[in-house]
Amino acid sequence: MDFLRPASWEEALAAKAEHPTAVPIAGGTDVMVEINFDHRRPEYLLDLNRIGELSEWEVGQESVRLGASVPYSSIMEHLRAELPGLALASHTVASPQIRNRGGVGGNLGTASPAGDAHPALLAADCEVEAESVRGTRLIPIDAFYTGVKRNALEPDELIRAVHIRKADGPQQYSKVGTRNAMVIAVCAFGIALHPETRTVRTGIGSAAPTPIRAKEAEEFLNAALEEGGFWENGKIITPAIAQQFAALASGACNPIDDVRGTARYRRHAVGIMARRTLGWTWEQYRGVGRTLEGAA
Amino acid sequence: MRVNFTVNGRQQEADDVWEGESLLYVLRERMGLPGSKNACEQGECGSCTVRLDGVPVCACLVAAGQVEGREVVTVEGLADYAKHREDAHPGGGCASGACGTTLDAAKRWQSRPTDGQTGEAVELAPIQQAFIDAGAVQCGFCTPGLLVAADELLENTPSPSDQDIREALSGNLCRCTGYEKILDAVRLAAARQGEAAQS
Amino acid sequence: MTTRPEATTRPEATTRPAATTPKAQNTPSGTPTKITQGSPTKGGIGESTLRPDGTLKVTGEFAYSSDMWHEDMLWGQTLRSTVAHAEIVSIDTSEALATSGVYAVMTYDDLPAAMKNYGLEIQDTPVLAHGKVRHHGEPVAIVAADHPETARRAAAKIRIEYRELPLITDEASATAPDAVLVHEGRDDHHIGHVPHPNIVHRQPIIRGDADEAAKRADVIVTGEYTFGMQDQAFLGPESGLAVPSEDGGVELYVATQWLHSDLGQIAPVLGLPEDKVRMTLSGVGGAFGGREDISMQIHACLLALRTGKPVKIVYNRFESFFGHVHRHPAKLHYEHGATKDGKLTHMKCRIVLDGGAYASASPAVVGNASSLSVGPYKIEDVDIEAVALYTNNPPCGAMRGFGAVQACFAYEAQMDKLAAKLDMDPVEFRQLNAMEQGTLLPTGQVCDSPAPVAELLRRVKARPLPPEQEWLTAGAAGTSVDVRALPGGLSNTTHGEGVVRGVGYAVGLKNVGFSEGFDDYSTARVRMEVINGEPVATVHTAMAEVGQGGVTVHAQIARTELGVNQVTIHPADTRVGSAGSTSASRQTYVTGGAVKNSCEAVREKVLELGRTKFGTYHPAWATAELLLEGGKVVTDGGEVLADLADVLEDEAIDIELEWRHRPTEAFDLRTGQGNGHVQYSFAAHRAVVEVDTELGLVKVIELACAQDVGKALNPLSVLGQIQGGTLQGMGVAVMEEIIVDPKTAKVRNPSFTDYLLPTILDTPTIPVDVLELADEHAPYGLRGIGEAPTLSSTPAVLAAIRNATGLELNRTPVRPEHLTST
Repeated sequence: MDFLRPASWEEALAAKAEHPTAVPIAGGTDVMVEINFDHRRPEYLLDLNRIGELSEWEVGQESVRLGASVPYSSIMEHLRAELPGLALASHTVASPQIRNRGGVGGNLGTASPAGDAHPALLAADCEVEAESVRGTRLIPIDAFYTGVKRNALEPDELIRAVHIRKADGPQQYSKVGTRNAMVIAVCAFGIALHPETRTVRTGIGSAAPTPIRAKEAEEFLNAALEEGGFWENGKIITPAIAQQFAALASGACNPIDDVRGTARYRRHAVGIMARRTLGWTWEQYRGVGRTLEGAA
Repeated sequence: MRVNFTVNGRQQEADDVWEGESLLYVLRERMGLPGSKNACEQGECGSCTVRLDGVPVCACLVAAGQVEGREVVTVEGLADYAKHREDAHPGGGCASGACGTTLDAAKRWQSRPTDGQTGEAVELAPIQQAFIDAGAVQCGFCTPGLLVAADELLENTPSPSDQDIREALSGNLCRCTGYEKILDAVRLAAARQGEAAQS
Repeated sequence: MTTRPEATTRPEATTRPAATTPKAQNTPSGTPTKITQGSPTKGGIGESTLRPDGTLKVTGEFAYSSDMWHEDMLWGQTLRSTVAHAEIVSIDTSEALATSGVYAVMTYDDLPAAMKNYGLEIQDTPVLAHGKVRHHGEPVAIVAADHPETARRAAAKIRIEYRELPLITDEASATAPDAVLVHEGRDDHHIGHVPHPNIVHRQPIIRGDADEAAKRADVIVTGEYTFGMQDQAFLGPESGLAVPSEDGGVELYVATQWLHSDLGQIAPVLGLPEDKVRMTLSGVGGAFGGREDISMQIHACLLALRTGKPVKIVYNRFESFFGHVHRHPAKLHYEHGATKDGKLTHMKCRIVLDGGAYASASPAVVGNASSLSVGPYKIEDVDIEAVALYTNNPPCGAMRGFGAVQACFAYEAQMDKLAAKLDMDPVEFRQLNAMEQGTLLPTGQVCDSPAPVAELLRRVKARPLPPEQEWLTAGAAGTSVDVRALPGGLSNTTHGEGVVRGVGYAVGLKNVGFSEGFDDYSTARVRMEVINGEPVATVHTAMAEVGQGGVTVHAQIARTELGVNQVTIHPADTRVGSAGSTSASRQTYVTGGAVKNSCEAVREKVLELGRTKFGTYHPAWATAELLLEGGKVVTDGGEVLADLADVLEDEAIDIELEWRHRPTEAFDLRTGQGNGHVQYSFAAHRAVVEVDTELGLVKVIELACAQDVGKALNPLSVLGQIQGGTLQGMGVAVMEEIIVDPKTAKVRNPSFTDYLLPTILDTPTIPVDVLELADEHAPYGLRGIGEAPTLSSTPAVLAAIRNATGLELNRTPVRPEHLTST
C-alpha cells in the first residue's frame, strides 16, 4: 500500500491520473472501516486532507458551491438557510465525531444507496463537479448514480465540489433507523419545495439499488398543486393529495430485505415519511410551521 | 512511511508506519498512549475519540498519514489541555470569555475525591474529576472517549441541557452504566464550571 | 506499474521510541500494579466511596488487556471458518509459513498435549478445529507475525478445503430421526438423561398435578414466545499477552471473569502443570458473561511457547462477535390458568434454548431457565421442561440473567394476558399472586429470606408518570418540537404524528451464586502491617474486577473490619486461591464474604497479639468485646486500648482463607426437586414508552426500577449496576439481536453498524428505588444485584409497547416491521 499526500488539487489530479486505482480518502469514515476490517487493501490511498479548498464553500446567487470535504457539522452550522434539506440530512449522519470528518464528497464517491446526503441532494437539485487532468465537468445529480455503489465518475476523476441549488422554499428530510442516533438508514426521504418554479423535488435513500427520485409522485404533486392553485392560495393540501403522493413515493421504491429491514417495511415507511415531510414543508410554506430544535 | 505530528503538545515522530495503520494504532502501539480505546474500530462507539486540530474525531477512522503536521490531544493530555484552556480563556469554556474565572477559583469547586491514589496527587481536568465523583466509571473502557467528547461539549456549551448532553455524547457507547451517571457527571462538571465562573 | 517485492512492502514490526518502553526488558508495559486507597471518611460499607481505580481510568493510564505491550512481541491472528458445518478436507499452511515476518502457523496437528479440547463443564470445544467445523467463525488455525497486518495477510494465505455437511439449526432439525449429530460419541454426564444426542441437557420440574389443577381454572392463556440472540457486547475486545518464561511455562495477562477456571482449561491443552501457567488479570473492559469462556487465552499461549516470544492477540469488533458465546435465543411455550378471582392455578411450560455448536454454560442455563421459569409467583402445580440444543448456530452460554431472562420475558407476557382476560389491573393481578418469604418454589425449596415482590411492584406503580409530550417545548416563538425527545430522535421522523404512549410493568426472579450443588467458594488473602507508622491492609484475591466495583467494596470491607484507613488492592492473579467467577450476581456475596472472613481472622490475630503485649495493662483486653476502629483497638464501649501500630510494630499478619456460602443441592433429573439455589433476587420495572405507531419506532421515556438489595454496600455502585442492567434489558427489547441466517447458519450482522446498542439518546431516565431488607444468611445481609434488573426491564418495555399499540408481540426484540405488520 502506498500513501499519496498531494499538497494541492493539481497534484491530486495528477496522482489520480497516474494511479487510477488510487482510493481517495478524506474523512476516512468509509475507507478506514474497510481497511480496519480487512475488507479492502487498495494499492494506493490518496489523501485529500491537505487540500484546504475542499473544505470550503461559496454561496453564490443561484447555488452553493460546496467543497467535497466540507464536514457535515459545518453544513449543519453554517448552511441551514441555504441548504436546509442537506443540513437536516447532515444532522442524521452517524455521530458528532463522524460529522466532524465526513463530507458530501465521500457519500457521492461511495454512492451507497444508504448515504444520508443523497435524498437531500436529489431533492434540492445539484451538479457534481468532477475533475481530472483532462478537464472539469458538471454531472447532474440525476445522472450521477449509475448502479449499486457505482457512480458516473471516470477512474481518473475526483469530486471537487457540489453545486447545490439554494433553497427557494422549505425543505425537509427524514430517515428511519432502529436507533435514535448513530444509525445507518433503513430508508430515508428528502423533499424540497421550489416555489420559484412551482415544482417539488424528492429523494429516496436505501429503498432501491441507487438513491432515486420519486418522479411520478413529483409529477402528480406538481400537477395537483397547480390545478388546485395551492401555490397561490396557500391552502392546506387535501389529505387525498397527500395520500396519493405518499402512495406514489412508496411505489417508486425497489427495496430489498436485509438485516436492517424488510422490503415491505421500507416501502411502507417511505410512504409515511413522504406524507409527513410534505405536510411539514407545506406548513412552513404557508408560514405556520413549528420550529425544530435538535434538528439542524 | 514516517509521520510527524504533535500529540498532547509534544512533537512526535513515528517511523516505519504501515500505510493502512490508523491514528489509533499509532497512538496505542507506537507512541505508548493506549488511553484511546479500540472498542469497535469502525466509528460506531466513540471510545477512541481524540481532538484533531481541536475537533473531536474517531482516531480509528483517521489514516496515520493524514495527521502529518497536525495536532492531536488524547485523554492522556486532557488535564493539561483543560488547564491551558483555563489559563488562556478563563471561565472554562465560555466562548466569549466573559464569564471568566481563574484556575484557582475553578479548582476550589472540585471536590476532592473521598479516596485518592497514593503517591503524587494527580491533577485532573474538571470533567475527569466529575466522572469519578458521579460514579460514571465502571469498566472504564468508554470513559476516555466520553471524557474527550464531554470536555469539548462544555468548552463550547457551558450550560448544556440534558438533550444537548445526550446529543453531544450520542456517538459514544457505554455498556455498563446505562448512561445515567454519565449524564450526572457532565451536569456536575457544568455546574462546577458555572459556580467557578460566578465566584 | 511495478509491484515491489513483498519483503519491502510488508509492514515493519512495531517498535516504540526508547522513552516509552518499559525499563525492565522482560516486563511488559501495562502490568497491573497495586492500588492503595485511603479515605477521609470511615470509608466502610454503606458509604458511596469512590473507585480506587477511578483516577487511572479517567486519565487513560489504566491498562486493559488490549493495552499490554512487550518489547519484541509478536501479534497473533486467528483464522476462522467461513462455513457453519463442514468436514475439513485439507489445510495447507505452507504459503503462510513462508511469509516474511511470520514466526509460526499452527493447526490442530500442532497442539502439544493429549488434551486438545476445553470447555466450562463439558470439554467439547477443540482448541483448533479437528476434522470438522461446527459453526461459522470457529478457529481453525493461528498465526504469529511481527505486525498485525503481516499476520492477517499470512492467515489469508492458509488454504482450507471444506466439504459442507447438513445444517442443524433448530429443534426440528436437531431431533429429526435422521439428524446429523453435532457431536458424535458424546460421553459427558448428561448423555444418559437426554432424549437425543443433539440435546445438551434437559431439566424437567414436576410439582403437584398441573393437569388436575387446570380443571380449577376459569381462564387459561397460552403463548409461544421467541427471544432473539443477544450479545454481551462488552466494549473491550478479547485480548491479552502471553509471555514465555524461562522455566518453560508462560505468563498470561488477560481479561477474564474467572482466572482459575481459565487456568484449569488452559494448562492441560498446553501440556503444562498449572503452576507453570501464571495468570494475571489485566484491565477488563466489561464482561456480562461473555468472558466466562476461553477466547484467545490458549491461542496466545500456544504461539508464545512455540515461538519463544511474547504474543499479543487483540480481536477487532468483527472477530469479537465470533470470539465469545452469546445469550441463548429461545422458544418458549407457556400455559397459565387462573380462577376468576385472580388466583393462579397452574403453569406448564417448555423452554427450548439454542446452545449452538458447543456446550459452554448451556447445562447450567437450562437449570436456571427451568427452576426460575415460574417467576416470582406462587403456583403449586407446575409441569416444566427446559432443554438446550446442540446446533450449528453460534455457541451460546452465559450472559447477565442466565436463562432467567428468557423465561421472564415469557411469563410476564402471560401475566398481562391473564390480567387482561380477567379484566384486572396487571399490577394488582401480579401482587395477588406474588411470592413472599416462606413461599415454596416449584423445586421444593422454601424462599427463606425477604421476597418483597408485591412491594417492589407497588413502588414502581406509585411513582408519578413522566409528563406527556415532553418533546413540545414552549419558547419565545411559540411551541417548538425537540425531535431528540421523540421516537426516531435525530432522524427527524415525527413531530408528534402517530405517537402513542404506553405503560407496562414487569417483575422478575433471579438466583444469586452458582447453584445445583456447585462448590461455589472464594478465597481471600488479607495482610495487615504498619507502613510509615500507619496500619495498612492489603487485600489479595483472584476476583475479576470487570467494572462492577468489587475492588471498591473490598476496600470498604477491609476498612470496616480492620479499622484501617489505607487499603491496598493487590492485582488479581493465580498466585492466590480461586475467587470463583465474576458472574451470577455472586462476587460481592462470595468474594466479599471471603474478604470479610479473612479480615475477621486477621482481626482475631491482631487481638491475640494485643492481648499478649498489652493484656496485663487493662482488664478489658480479657473481658470486653473488642473492635478495630480508626487505627486502634477499642472496646465496644468506645474505650481505646491500643494503637494498631503499637500492637503490630514490625509484624505482618497475613492470612489466606477459603470461604463458602451454605451448600446447594442438584436438581433431581426427573422431578427437578432440590434446594438448588443459594439466594434469590428481585427487581420490578415500570416502562413508559412512546411509539410512533405508523413507523413502528419506539422511544422509551422512562424505565423506573425498584429492587431489593439486602444491604447496599456501596449505594452509588448499586445504582450503577441497576441502571446498567436495566439498559441491557431495554436493548434486547427494541434493538439488539444477532441475526443468524437460517439457511447458512452464518452471522449476518457481526459489527456495531448492524448490531445496535442503545446510545445515550435512546436511553430513558432510569429512576431507582432501592430496598434494603437484609438476608440473614448473607454477609452484611446483602443480596446479589447485578442481574435482576436485566430480567424485568425487557418484558416491561414489551408490555408498554403492547399497551401503546394493542399488538400481541410475542418476540423480542421488537422491530419496526413487527409494529407495522410489514
